[in-house]
Amino acid sequence: MYKIEAATKLADRVYEYWIRAPQVAQHARAGQFVILRLHEAGERIPLTISAVRGDAVRVIFMTVGKTTEELATLRAGDSIKDVVGPLGKPSEIENYGTCCVIGGGVGIASTPLIARELKEAGNHVIGIIGARSADLLILEDEMKEICDDLYITTDDGSKGVHGFAADVLKKLLGEQKIDRVWIIGPAIMMKVTSGVTVPYGVKTYVSLNPIMVDGTGMCGSCRVTVAGETKFACVDGPEFDAHQVDFVELMQRQRIYTGQEKVSLERFAEHRCRCGEGGHHHE
Amino acid sequence: MSGLRSTGAGAAKGATTMSDRPADIRVKDFREVDCGLSADEAIAEAERCLQCKKPLCVRGCPVGIDIPAFVREVAEGNFPAAARALKEQNMLPAICGRVCPQETQCEGVCILGNKETSIRIGAIERFVADWERGNGPELPEVAKPTGKRVAVVGSGPAGLTAAAELARAGHAVTIFESLHEAGGVLTYGIPAFRLPKDVVRAELDQVLALGVRLKKNHLVGRSVSVDELLGYDAVFLATGAGLPAFMGIPGENLNGVYSANEFLTRVNLMHAEAFPEFDTPVLHGARVAVIGGGNVAMDSARVARRLGAKVSLIYRRGEEEMPARRAEVGHAKEEGIEFYTCTNPTRILGEQCCVTGIECVKMSLCGVDASGRRSPEPIEGSEFILDVDMVIQAIGTSPNPLLVSLIPGLERGRRGNVAVDKNGRTSIPHVYAGGDIATGAATVIEAMGSAKRAAAAIGAMLKEE
Ligand SMILES: Cc1cc2nc3c(=O)[nH]c(=O)nc-3n(C[C@H](O)[C@H](O)[C@H](O)COP(=O)(O)OP(=O)(O)OC[C@H]3O[C@@H](n4cnc5c(N)ncnc54)[C@H](O)[C@@H]3O)c2cc1C
Ligand SMILES: Cc1cc2nc3c(=O)[nH]c(=O)nc-3n(C[C@H](O)[C@H](O)[C@H](O)COP(=O)(O)OP(=O)(O)OC[C@H]3O[C@@H](n4cnc5c(N)ncnc54)[C@H](O)[C@@H]3O)c2cc1C
Ligand code: SF4
Ligand code: SF4
Ligand code: FES
Repeated sequence: MYKIEAATKLADRVYEYWIRAPQVAQHARAGQFVILRLHEAGERIPLTISAVRGDAVRVIFMTVGKTTEELATLRAGDSIKDVVGPLGKPSEIENYGTCCVIGGGVGIASTPLIARELKEAGNHVIGIIGARSADLLILEDEMKEICDDLYITTDDGSKGVHGFAADVLKKLLGEQKIDRVWIIGPAIMMKVTSGVTVPYGVKTYVSLNPIMVDGTGMCGSCRVTVAGETKFACVDGPEFDAHQVDFVELMQRQRIYTGQEKVSLERFAEHRCRCGEGGHHHE
Repeated sequence: MSGLRSTGAGAAKGATTMSDRPADIRVKDFREVDCGLSADEAIAEAERCLQCKKPLCVRGCPVGIDIPAFVREVAEGNFPAAARALKEQNMLPAICGRVCPQETQCEGVCILGNKETSIRIGAIERFVADWERGNGPELPEVAKPTGKRVAVVGSGPAGLTAAAELARAGHAVTIFESLHEAGGVLTYGIPAFRLPKDVVRAELDQVLALGVRLKKNHLVGRSVSVDELLGYDAVFLATGAGLPAFMGIPGENLNGVYSANEFLTRVNLMHAEAFPEFDTPVLHGARVAVIGGGNVAMDSARVARRLGAKVSLIYRRGEEEMPARRAEVGHAKEEGIEFYTCTNPTRILGEQCCVTGIECVKMSLCGVDASGRRSPEPIEGSEFILDVDMVIQAIGTSPNPLLVSLIPGLERGRRGNVAVDKNGRTSIPHVYAGGDIATGAATVIEAMGSAKRAAAAIGAMLKEE
């Protein structure tokens, strides 16, 4: 069992948990993730490692379906049945010169570790974090502290630049040399934003989020097409060269279980109503 | 558990299907197909054994069970002694009794096979193991602690066997397993209707009861560094051949195309058949094509059948060439799986992301008459389309590259397997390997045999130090 040491709500539908998992914390690097399973009947879901403190790792998640909704009902002191990690290849951190780390929505969760390791490797680090509106923006203070420059964007203009991270990136690329770009967010946001760097020939990494089961390269559920080849995101990635990724296929494969996911979520919501909001343990 | 009930009659004839539940009933659930022998049937079968002075059967058993000895105890109704004799060489008898390809191992060489029918060694073994499980298992003796620490990576049959042997010799053994359940393919691959999960659990618990530590959720190479691993006095790599192959034909990444590993894992490990009671989903195709002719293909087809599909099995050679066990081919047919032999898929068709069909071509030079294993050739113009909404590829797996590619200086063979000598020694002095990671995808009993040899070599090495 893996104990939740702290649980905080960061924004509407977005939560931050510190989970005690020494074997993960001791080895975690930027770009890696964990897979967790809440209980005997649970699904295995991947979440990015967002920070490490002692024997605990931080995950930040958005409630989008049954498992994340159920996870959100847990509190500090509760436990998660299984946590395995760190999974995936670490980000390719080197001293490149100037790097730009971009997070969109809950994808911002992945940015601090990457930005911090880039900084430690000697890079000048520019951060861009974007959300639909100001109240959904997370980790602003943390990113401000790590990055040399931080830009904020909101779709509705309620904070920072009115618009998308892609707009800021385009402007920056016109003004200065950027050597590497990381983009983490929803698939469509990564597709659009990485398109901006193509004409500049800047190597751009995206962290792909296909549906996973084992996370160890054994099932192929997470397969993605990169440069025309099939890759398993859990072991060959999750970070890949953005300009080579087949995003359309990724988005298509993310929808495989839409029907069942709805059934599962509705059943959970109904169950929760019957048991009262407070009763937070599944069973 | 299905218990030890049997439909009776005919066990001694060696017909493997006499104790099977009827096909029309068993396809509606995931309970065990073969009900096993009753005590009387087991005794009657054991009494047929000639107690050969030079028993051929033992040579056919990769772990060297003293078959005449345990069979004699059964014939005398002395089941505890039979169990003791079995476990002297094999800590997983209930598993082996069910899934060993006995027809090509011990039973294949039993002297009685020439005249009448071989002794049903596997069925008797299973009976004894099941009897013992129901009557409180006895633990073998464990030697006093040696103070040596051994790391075993992977908890499949190879890892469990090596762990048991080394623990019995007094070494402190830790098994690392990346999944949340131990057992390897026994847990995530072979379906419950062939190998009930409580059977796996019980034999696993016996291995742990020898004092073996099991660390689940530990992916070695990630959660445990290579340096930490190599810090043990000895290491046994048993990470299996879990990397699924895809054919590389168009349409393979459409929604509804699975590797057998994914499909079986969703059901066996994650219990997707019980969705939404269990949270993990799996697609329920109405018409499913399974590609392949091995045990994995049969298992996938029969699981899909139990999820309600009409299933077509596509195999590029003839039925005789199928590597699956005969009994499993028979079971699949009884359960209504349609066989397309001498047939090869050429592309998977889809509309708006989902599978709508599979195009196949007939193959020549693929049947029994074809000399040797000549390469089948596609017959031009013989293409046809099967209307299916789901495809499962069961065309093989290769050794898990993750950990072995991270260990510097570890020599590998041509197929990505870890190169070993006959005692499981690798190119690194205190690192050994066995099971599918060394041989490529093989069988449970061969994995166990190689693990036993490696454990013996590790024991000898640790003694010398
Ligand atoms: C490497 C990786 C890192 C991730 N990091 C984060 C993170 O830090 N924060 C965060 O909020 N989300 C993250 N995700 C996405 C997160 O795993 C999904 O939101 C979660 O699995 C949804 O589960 P659910 O039961 O709540 O929703 P469901 O209703 O089951 O699914 C909602 C959507 O989530 C996706 N999804 C469902 N099951 C899985 C699965 N087993 N594996 C992957 N995706 C799935 C599907 O596209 C689906 O349509 C990450 C995904 C990957 C692959
Ligand atoms: C569907 C199916 C049906 C089969 N049917 C039969 C049958 O009827 N009869 C028969 O004899 N054989 C059968 N086989 C083959 C048989 O199961 C295998 O040959 C056998 O399981 C190999 O054992 P193993 O211990 O080498 O590896 P596995 O059983 O594959 O176990 C390897 C374990 O190592 C773990 N692991 C991998 N990498 C790491 C790591 N880095 N860190 C920690 N853990 C790790 C894996 O999660 C896994 O649990 C079947 C195989 C399949 C897939
Ligand atoms: S372990 Fe397998 S090969 Fe050995 S006696 Fe038992 S069934 Fe036969
Ligand atoms: S070869 Fe057959 S008859 Fe002879 S001892 Fe072995 S099982 Fe008995
Ligand atoms: S999640 Fe199974 S191979 Fe990647």
